[in-house]
Amino acid sequence: MCDTCGCGDPSIVPVDVHETILAANDRTAAHNREHFRARGVVAINLMGSPGAGKTAVLEATAHRLAGRKRLGALAGDLATERDAERLSAAGITAKSITTGSACHLDAAMVHRGLHHFPWRELDCLFVENVGNLVCPAIYDLGQDANVVALAVTEGEDKPLKYPVMFRKADLVLITKCDLLPHLPEVQIEAIADALARVMPRPRYLTVSARTGAGMDGWLEYLEEVSTLRRSAAVTVPSDAGPRAASR
Amino acid sequence: MHEYSIVQALVERVTLEARARRATAVHRLSVRIGELSGVEVALLATAYRTFRERTICERAELEVQTVAARWECPACGRAIGRGDLLSCPACAVPARLAEGDEIMLDRIEMEVP
Repeated sequence: MCDTCGCGDPSIVPVDVHETILAANDRTAAHNREHFRARGVVAINLMGSPGAGKTAVLEATAHRLAGRKRLGALAGDLATERDAERLSAAGITAKSITTGSACHLDAAMVHRGLHHFPWRELDCLFVENVGNLVCPAIYDLGQDANVVALAVTEGEDKPLKYPVMFRKADLVLITKCDLLPHLPEVQIEAIADALARVMPRPRYLTVSARTGAGMDGWLEYLEEVSTLRRSAAVTVPSDAGPRAASR
Repeated sequence: MHEYSIVQALVERVTLEARARRATAVHRLSVRIGELSGVEVALLATAYRTFRERTICERAELEVQTVAARWECPACGRAIGRGDLLSCPACAVPARLAEGDEIMLDRIEMEVP
C-alpha cells in the first residue's frame, strides 16, 4: 500500500537495473568462451554480407591447411544446408545452424550447435554467421576474434554505411581481389580509408579464394590469434567497448 | 530485425525482476540505446508494442534515451570528430568509444502491492 498518503493505491517502486539487455547472451557467450579455452580451440566469428565470400574463404583455408590443422565450422543459414555441405566437401567438419527467420546467430544457438558436434577435437572452429552486415554484430558468441569479409564488388563506402559491424571487426578480409582488374573504380586505399574511420584499430588483408592471393597473410593471422590466445593471461573479449566494460 | 530478439530479452529480464519482487504490474521501462549499438530505436518501439502483449509489460511505457557516439583519445582525452580517422592526431593512439554503444536497461517502475 502507498504509505505516504494512505490513498490505498499500491506503491510504484522504481528498480534501478543498469544492466545490458543482452546480459543473458553475454553470459552464454562467456560460457562458450570458457569451453573453447579449456579445450584449446580457437574460435573465429566470420561475418559479412550474403555473397561476400565467407564460405569460399573457408574452403580455400581448408585446402591450404589440409592435414595440418583440424578445422570445424558451424554455418548459420536461414533455410538451407548448402554452406555446411560445401565446407564438408572441402574437408571441414561442418554443421548447419538453420536459423529460420533469425537474421543472426546468438550465443545460445552456437552453444546448442556444439552439442553432437566434435568441436573438442578441433584446432580452429569457424562460426560462419548469417550473411548480414547489421544484426550479427551485436551478439557476442564466445569467439576469440571477429573477422568480417568484404568483397571488392561491394563498394568502397560499405564500412561507412555499416559502422557497427566494422567497429566490432578485429580483421577485415577484403575478398575477391582477383576481380580488381575488372573494377577500375574500386581502390583498396579508399576501402582502407573508410575502415580507418570506423575501426579504431584498422586491420585488413586483401585475399582471393580463387587464386590463393593473400591467403598466406590470412593463415598467419589465424596462427597469431592462436598464439595470443595461448599466451593471454587475462581473458579479454574481442569486443572491449564500453558495453563490455560495464558488464 | 534483431530488435525482436532484444525486446524478448528485455521482457524476460523485466519479468524475472517483477517476479522476484512480487510486482503485479509494470508501469515504465527506461532503456538507453547508443547510436553505434546496432539497435534502431523506431524498430525497437514497434517490436516492443507487439511483443509486450500478454506479458507483465502489457501496459508499461517504454522510455528510450538515445546516446550519440562519442570517440576520444584514451591518452589525452581529445575528442575525435564525427567521420574523422579513429586515431588521435596528437598521440597517434587508437581512439576509444567513450559512449554510444549502450543497449542498457536502466530502470523498471513496478507496482508492488
